[in-house]
Amino acid sequence: MSYLLKRIVFYVFTAWAAITINFFIPRAIPGDPVQALITRSRGQMTTEAVQSLYVLFGLDKDASLAEQYFSYLGQLLRGDLGLSFTYFPSPVSQVLGDGLPWTLGLVGITTVLGFLIGTALGTGIGWRRGSWADALIPVTTFVSSIPYFWLGLIAIALLTGPDSFFPASGAYDNGLVPNPDLEFIGSVVQHGILPAFTILVSSMAGWILSMRNMMVTVASEDYVTVAHAKGLSDRRVMVGYAARNALLPNVSGFALSLGFIVGGTLLVEIVFSYPGLGLQLFQAVGAKDYPLMQGIFLIITLSVLLANFLADVAYLALDPRTRREG
Amino acid sequence: MTDAVLEIRGLNVDYGLGEDAVHAIRDVDLTLHRGEVLGLAGESGSGKSTLAYGLTRLLPPPGVITGGEVLYHPDGGDPVDVLRMDHAALRRFRWAETAIVFQGAMNSLNPVHRISTQLTDVIKAHDPRGTSAARLARARELLHLVGISADRLESYPHQLSGGMRQRVMIGMALALEPKVVIMDEPTTALDVVVQRQILRQLVELRERLGFSVVFITHDLSLLVEFSDRIAIMYGGRIVEEAASADLYRDPLHPYSHGLLNSFPALRGPKRELTGIPGSPPDLRGMPSGCAFHPRCPHAMERCGVEVPVLGVPPDKSTTAHVAVDQRSPADRTVACWLHPVHDDGF
Ligand SMILES: Nc1ncnc2c1ncn2[C@@H]1O[C@H](COP(=O)(O)OP(=O)(O)O)[C@@H](O)[C@H]1O
Ligand SMILES: [Mg+2]
Repeated sequence: MSYLLKRIVFYVFTAWAAITINFFIPRAIPGDPVQALITRSRGQMTTEAVQSLYVLFGLDKDASLAEQYFSYLGQLLRGDLGLSFTYFPSPVSQVLGDGLPWTLGLVGITTVLGFLIGTALGTGIGWRRGSWADALIPVTTFVSSIPYFWLGLIAIALLTGPDSFFPASGAYDNGLVPNPDLEFIGSVVQHGILPAFTILVSSMAGWILSMRNMMVTVASEDYVTVAHAKGLSDRRVMVGYAARNALLPNVSGFALSLGFIVGGTLLVEIVFSYPGLGLQLFQAVGAKDYPLMQGIFLIITLSVLLANFLADVAYLALDPRTRREG
Repeated sequence: MTDAVLEIRGLNVDYGLGEDAVHAIRDVDLTLHRGEVLGLAGESGSGKSTLAYGLTRLLPPPGVITGGEVLYHPDGGDPVDVLRMDHAALRRFRWAETAIVFQGAMNSLNPVHRISTQLTDVIKAHDPRGTSAARLARARELLHLVGISADRLESYPHQLSGGMRQRVMIGMALALEPKVVIMDEPTTALDVVVQRQILRQLVELRERLGFSVVFITHDLSLLVEFSDRIAIMYGGRIVEEAASADLYRDPLHPYSHGLLNSFPALRGPKRELTGIPGSPPDLRGMPSGCAFHPRCPHAMERCGVEVPVLGVPPDKSTTAHVAVDQRSPADRTVACWLHPVHDDGF
C-alpha cells in the first residue's frame, strides 16, 4: 500500500502546485484586468467582497507576497472564490454550485452509461470475432470519429423545431420552478435526452472499439485457451477470463474520462445551451469574468487529479501485479 | 490393441481455407494405450502442437480439422468420436477425460486470478453440486501432489516461480482425475534441472494415478528417458513409431537418427552430436515424395517421387520383439523407402 501512499503524496503536491499557479497567474498578467471591473461595480459591492477579490487577484499591493499567499489559501479553504461578475452579486462558489449538478447529471451519467454499454457491446463483438457482429465495426469507427458537438448540431437541426418534442436548449422548461415534482423531472428528462444521446453515442463508440480490440487480443492468450480446455462454460470464459483482463487498459481510460466530465463538456453544453459548468465557462470567458473562470479551472484541475487517483486505485484493485508485496 | 484409450485415425488439420490452406497435419494415425507415456518428437514446426490442439478441438483460428476421427475409449464404455461431440458433451469431456498442459504453460495461468480460483473453477464447472470447502480441500490436495505448499493457494501467478507455475498447471491437469494428460513442451521454458525434477514427478504420479500421457517435445533425449513409446513427426506426418528402447537403439528413419544425434543423452552410451543438415520444410512448399528427402543422407530416386507409407518394416519385425516392452513387433512402424512396407502388415 506504500504505492498508494506515494501516489496520494504526488496528487496532493500536484494540487498544491496547481493552486499556487492559480495564485501567481493573475499577478503575472500585466495590468489589472479585475481592477477595472471592480472599479466599475464598486458602488454595488460590499467591502468584504472587494477585499476577497483583492486577495484572489493580487490587487492587495500593501501586503507582502507571503501574506497574500496565505490569505489566498485561507480563503480557498473556506470556499470563498470571490464574486462572479456575470452573475453579480452571487459569489462564484454559489454559481458553481448551480452549474455543477447539471454537468454531473448530464455528462456524468452519460459517461458512466457510455462506458458500461460500450464495454458490454465491445466484449460481445470481440468475443464473437468473425461473426455478423463484425459488420458493426466500420459503423462504430465512423461514429467514434465524429466530434460529439457536431453530432449535437445535427441532432438539433434534424430533431428540434417549433412542433418537436425535443427542446433545442436549456435543462428544463423556463416556466417551471426547480423542485422535485413529476412535472419538473419530466421536463428535465425531456431536455436531457438529445444532449445525453449525443454524448452517449459518440463516447460509447470509442469504448466498443477499444474493448473489442482488447478482447480479440486477450482471446488468443494461453490462459483463455486453458479456460476453454478446462471445459468452463463459454460465458464463464468470456467474462471471467477474457473480459476481466481486457478491461484493465480501459479502466484507467474510463477513470480519466471521469476527470474530463467537467472540462470536456464545454462544447456540448454550448451547443445545447445546457446550464452546466461548460456553458458558464464559455460565458465567463466572453464576459471577462475572471473570478468565475478561476473557480472553474480550479474544479477542472482538481477533478482531473481525482480521476487520476481513481484510475490508480482501480488498477490496484483489478490488477494484482501492480500490488507490491509487503 | 484392445487397451487403447485414445485412437487418432486419419487426422488432417489445415490452417486457412481453400486455396491458401496449408496442411499442418496429414493423415496422422496414432494410438495411446492405457497407462503409457507416449512421446511425440519432432523439430519445431513439425505439427506437434497442432496435433495436440486438433485432437482436443482447441485449434486457434484459422486452424480447421479437415478429416479424421479421434476415438476416446471410456472405461468399459463404447468409444466416442471427440471430433463429432456436440458442445455440451465436449465441455463435459474436456479436462474430466483429457487434460492438457500447454506449451506456453508459463502464461497458462490468468494473472488476475488467485491460484485457488483457477484450481477450483474447473472442479465447480464439472461438479456444480460440490461445496466450496470441498473444492478448496481438493485444490490443497492437488498442490500437495505436485509438491507445492498449500499456503500458495492464495497467491497470484506472478508471485510464483516458473517451475512452480508449471507444477500448478500439472496439478490442475490432474484435478478431475483424467484418463489422458497431454503435455505440449511443458518444461521447455525451464532450466534442465527443474525440467527433470518435474518430469520425474510426473512419471511417479502417473504410476500412482494410472493416467496415460502424450508427451510432446522437440528434445528426443528427454523422451528416451521418460516415455514408453515414441512417435516421430516430420512435416505434419508421423514418420516413425516405436518403443523408446528400440528407437534409441536402432532408429529406422534417417530423420529419427538425425534427431537422436541432435541432443546429448543424459544416460546411456554417448553419441556424437551431429544434428540434421538443412532446415524443416515450409508448409507452403512441401517437397514432393518424402518430405525429408532433400535433407536425407540416404535419399534415393524413389524418395522424391512417392510418399512412403507408414507401416511395419518387414526387415525389422523379427528382431524388434526383443524389446523390454512386451508388445508385438507390429507396434513398430516407419515411413521410409529404406524399409518398404509389406501390405499384409507383417
Ligand atoms: N495460427 C497458425 N496459422 C498458420 N499456420 C500455423 C499456425 N499455427 C501453426 N502454424 C503452422 O503449422 C505448422 C505446425 O506448427 P506447430 O503445430 O506449432 O508445430 P510444433 O508444435 O511442432 O512446433 C508450422 O509450420 C506453423 O507455421
Ligand atoms: Mg509446439
